[in-house]
Amino acid sequence: MPAEPGALSLPGLDVPAAAPRRGWRPPRFPLAVIGLFVAAAMAAPLLGLPDPHAQALRDRFKPPGWQEAGSWKHPLGTDRLGRDLLSRIVWGARVSLAAGVLTVLVASAFGAAVGLTAGYYGGRVDATLMRITDATMSFPVILLALILAVTVGPSFANVVTAIAVILWARYARVIRAQVLTLMQLDFVAQARIAGAGAWRIITRHLLPNTLGTLLVLVTLQIGYVIILEASLSFLGAGIPPPTPAWGSMIAEGRDFVTSAWWVSLFPGLAILLVVLAFNLLGDWLRDTFDPKLRQL
Amino acid sequence: MSRPVVDVRDLHTHLVTRWGTVKAVDGVSFSVGEGETLGLVGESGSGKSMTCLSLLRLVPRPAARILGGQVWLDGEDLLAKSEAEMRKIRGRRIAMILQDPMSSLNPVFSIGMQMREAVALYHGLRGRGLAARAAELLAAVRIPSPAERLRAFPHQLSGGMRQRVVGAMAIAAPPRLLIADEPTTSLDLTIQAQYLGLLEELQERHRLALVFVTHNLGIVARICDRVAVMYAGRIVEMGPVRRLFTRPAHPYSRALLESIPRLGARAARLTAIEGQPPDLARLPAGCAFAPRCPSVMDRCRVETPPETVVEAGHVTRCWLEAPGAGAPAGGRPA
Repeated sequence: MPAEPGALSLPGLDVPAAAPRRGWRPPRFPLAVIGLFVAAAMAAPLLGLPDPHAQALRDRFKPPGWQEAGSWKHPLGTDRLGRDLLSRIVWGARVSLAAGVLTVLVASAFGAAVGLTAGYYGGRVDATLMRITDATMSFPVILLALILAVTVGPSFANVVTAIAVILWARYARVIRAQVLTLMQLDFVAQARIAGAGAWRIITRHLLPNTLGTLLVLVTLQIGYVIILEASLSFLGAGIPPPTPAWGSMIAEGRDFVTSAWWVSLFPGLAILLVVLAFNLLGDWLRDTFDPKLRQL
Repeated sequence: MSRPVVDVRDLHTHLVTRWGTVKAVDGVSFSVGEGETLGLVGESGSGKSMTCLSLLRLVPRPAARILGGQVWLDGEDLLAKSEAEMRKIRGRRIAMILQDPMSSLNPVFSIGMQMREAVALYHGLRGRGLAARAAELLAAVRIPSPAERLRAFPHQLSGGMRQRVVGAMAIAAPPRLLIADEPTTSLDLTIQAQYLGLLEELQERHRLALVFVTHNLGIVARICDRVAVMYAGRIVEMGPVRRLFTRPAHPYSRALLESIPRLGARAARLTAIEGQPPDLARLPAGCAFAPRCPSVMDRCRVETPPETVVEAGHVTRCWLEAPGAGAPAGGRPA
């Protein structure tokens, strides 16, 4: 590097004149995809789409608009009952996104509370809570959802419950681990010296310092939950028909994949796009907030 | 001296560990008056920090337990208080500054938010008065342009600055007793000197009783009025700084003083203290310093030396000074 006149030059010390600045550059693709789906889901009734439940048996298995036999009345074609696929995907986005966000919020709130409690109190409280967490993590989500579907019947609420009841454990573990490190730092001791009680330390000192991690985890898990919900719906243990949900739409098209591929393909693509977007966003958040979370 | 601000009597704090019970604080007694500074010195693990935490009743639970003694603060026994009462005393009447300024402040909140929280807690101020008082406190610890600094986050300040902020929060109440646990250890030398000056100034202004924990005897000589030397959980010698520095009674204090380099002294090798600090879980009978003591006697290995008054205000725990014990045959090393 040619030394500028007057620049500091010491052997072994090579300071670039201007350090490259790391700007705040959120990734465009994930935000655009998520924004598009969220906007479409929220504005679904205003888009002038056909009723997602309206059956038209004469129009069944219409291929997408750009195909010879297709018509632009149904841009992505129709399913077995002649329902418009585009409309069902848009309405299905409501279900999938709501399930993803709601489940993750419930799970993260509960998991974070458990993690904070375990990490703060330590000792027996910690041991007990962590054993429960371990037990929860070893329980398969799909099995629980199937049990719920069989006993209580499949419903949106049951899907959210089944996933959240298992998913919180991951948050509990990650947050507890972080709280344990935070507890070693002097500002927690200093807060105690200043007369803060458990509630104050947990809410004012520990929780705010774990928010970055929580945000990363939440974003990464929304994608995971959308896939889980789709799997459950695919298996018939999720959102019951006729409510449009991406997983059950794929399942409905399964028998006709060779003749009417679009029925399964488009909801599948929707899942792929949304999950990919959430994962990319989560990756970016993780790199920005907390590079230590790489293994997640 | 009028009634001391804090009067610790026969304090016992034990730690239960995998290797046995450690008497981290073993019968410690001392008192500090208004505007007085007591230096607490001793090597790592001698029980200095545990003594301080015991005063606040913040020993690490469940391993540590305060088993006995009294801590009188302005005539009230803190060890008899409920936890809720203690929470009101912490910060308001006893404050403490910890060693590491890098982690003493919460990284996610601005200095202002943390300062205001402390002030609001102790004074019940709100709104503009609150912000003004916070800025005033920062100015009191000599932080330039305090109003601007209130908007800064901890990572934007240097270690010395952060330690000042911690100091400002500590005197927000202001407390009666301030415990400083090696507050200058991680600061560089010029900043150390400034910070010590600042502490003295704050103490002067608020007439604080100050307990200064350190293993730096130079700092003790500079700011303390009296000094207590701790070894293996006990105060082995306590007295006025000048007296203890010139005529230490306990062989351990003497050894400590001989192990610091002196300007102007003939360049001899520094004397190190032989041996290792004792394993606190397996303390020998008698005096804990006996295995390393140059003037050890048979009696030292059997019986614990009692507290002996060498001179008014100067006490030690050593058989050499005990009444009727007499000097050993070889005489006391000069």
